[in-house]
Amino acid sequence: MEYSEVMARKNQVMKNAVGIDYARFEKQGIHFDYERMMEQVGYTLEQIREIQGETSVGQTPLVELKNITRLVRKFSAPGKGARIFLKDEAANPSGSFKDRRASVSVYHAAKHGYKGVIAATSGNYGAGVASQAAKRGLKCIIVQEAFDSRGIGQPEILEKGRACEAFGAEVLQLSVGPELFYIFLLLLEETGYFNASLYTPFGIAGVETLGWELAAQTRELTGRFPDTVVVTHAGGGNLTGTARGLQKIGAGHTKVVGASVDLHGLHMASDGDFNRKSFTTGHTGFGIPFAVFPDRSDVPRNAARALRYMDGYYLVSQGEVFYTTELLASLEGLQRGPAGNTSLCAAISLARQMDQDQLIVVQETEYTGAGKCPSAQLTFARQNGIAVRRGNPSESIPGKNVILPTHPEQISAQQIPLDELRISYLRQLQKSTARAEFSGEEKDFLVQELHLADRENPMQTLEELFQQAQGTR
Amino acid sequence: MDSMAKKGDWVKIHRVLLEPSQRAPQVPEDTARVPLEMRLNGFLLEETAVPGQEVGIRTLAGREVRGTLVEIQPRYTHTFGQPIPELLEIGIRARALLEEGAEQ
Repeated sequence: MEYSEVMARKNQVMKNAVGIDYARFEKQGIHFDYERMMEQVGYTLEQIREIQGETSVGQTPLVELKNITRLVRKFSAPGKGARIFLKDEAANPSGSFKDRRASVSVYHAAKHGYKGVIAATSGNYGAGVASQAAKRGLKCIIVQEAFDSRGIGQPEILEKGRACEAFGAEVLQLSVGPELFYIFLLLLEETGYFNASLYTPFGIAGVETLGWELAAQTRELTGRFPDTVVVTHAGGGNLTGTARGLQKIGAGHTKVVGASVDLHGLHMASDGDFNRKSFTTGHTGFGIPFAVFPDRSDVPRNAARALRYMDGYYLVSQGEVFYTTELLASLEGLQRGPAGNTSLCAAISLARQMDQDQLIVVQETEYTGAGKCPSAQLTFARQNGIAVRRGNPSESIPGKNVILPTHPEQISAQQIPLDELRISYLRQLQKSTARAEFSGEEKDFLVQELHLADRENPMQTLEELFQQAQGTR
Repeated sequence: MDSMAKKGDWVKIHRVLLEPSQRAPQVPEDTARVPLEMRLNGFLLEETAVPGQEVGIRTLAGREVRGTLVEIQPRYTHTFGQPIPELLEIGIRARALLEEGAEQ
């Protein structure tokens, strides 16, 4: 069947496969009613806590990283070095926070009589969906982008494929390329299964409990809400859901910052670049495109809209995250996977700038093991011609080398100004709509989309960003 | 490894889903030069089959899919990797930093 022919049916296939008529929420032009979509399609936080309770998702421990905090204070200015906490999401049934996202979709699919669920994911989400489907007695198919044209699979993705099969899911593995989406559509048509997309309101609402819980636990341990929460950022759902949960418990003043592994220069759809990276998610290859153009996802309107909630965005290098992974194991006795350690790495850097009585929370961990641990990834990197050495991580070049710091002081998260992302968002918008002018109603929507409502003059700020977007074309 | 698979054996099949000429217009040059390929595990439907033969499988989700038999009893090939000396010293040095001056 022709690629273009199948892609043209996308909206109808998706309507059947997620059971949401997105047209209901469309307003004038680019404007759509995001909050109404979240309210009417999703479940309330209380309902979700119940749904997640049924399959033992959530209620994970919050751990204070006392040794890492002590280490950070050794090389911080006097009085600096915030207390660092970690939400141990690896304690979820399939080993990551993605169970929260999967739990609501799979519950919803079962309730509406779907016989099975499908998800397109090379990450932990596959295991989350497979595990939840196992618990609720649904069939499950996971579609992965897993190997290059030599037939060589990324070790971390192979491990996730193994986990999905362990939970009884069919794992369809593909070579590199965006046509994964075409295969995904064909499978949805063939099976009539539910699309357990990462980007529906179900998935995002499932993460709200994470923000809610971590704020409640921090308050219980310390008497107050966190000052900063660091979220590993890829598709935007983790950050969006966590921030919404924080708002719902009343921790709206807590700063929510995103952290991604810097993979600049590597093309995500390139066969040659595919196995030159040591991180398969939580990196800039997803983080930046999804922040600046959220509706690129597999559903017409993405419920994960990170720019609406982000108070800061930081990049760390691959070597710094591997170093952090070793610190967590050797100083705290916690061996955990790469995704959460990306935000821990950024948190170590940020804590140095914060006062000692301030609180910073890393909001996830994930399981680790064969394929995922640093020795597996670094062995694979060397086999693929990547130089692995000790040194200054500022000399890192993604796809060429991985540089492990020699001292924790070298961990330095690089801030990406949010206005750069906002300008990028506006450029993408002008390109995708082929329009230069927007109405007052559309601009009000953009003020929300770009998180400008707190500015002194939001509309003027938006106009200035528009001008810069024109200038940088 | 057995060189012949029997009905019901757990096997891996391979299939080309899109030839290079059929690929999406937006793919980068290196990806456009190669086909989109699939690998999938399942239970063999034929009475017997040898690698290289066109076969059918029943997947874990119960679908029947056809492709070329490439592996009988497919192994998970990912590992913990080699010991990496540069990693081993990170914890030792960090512990020393932490304890520096502690006894004073």
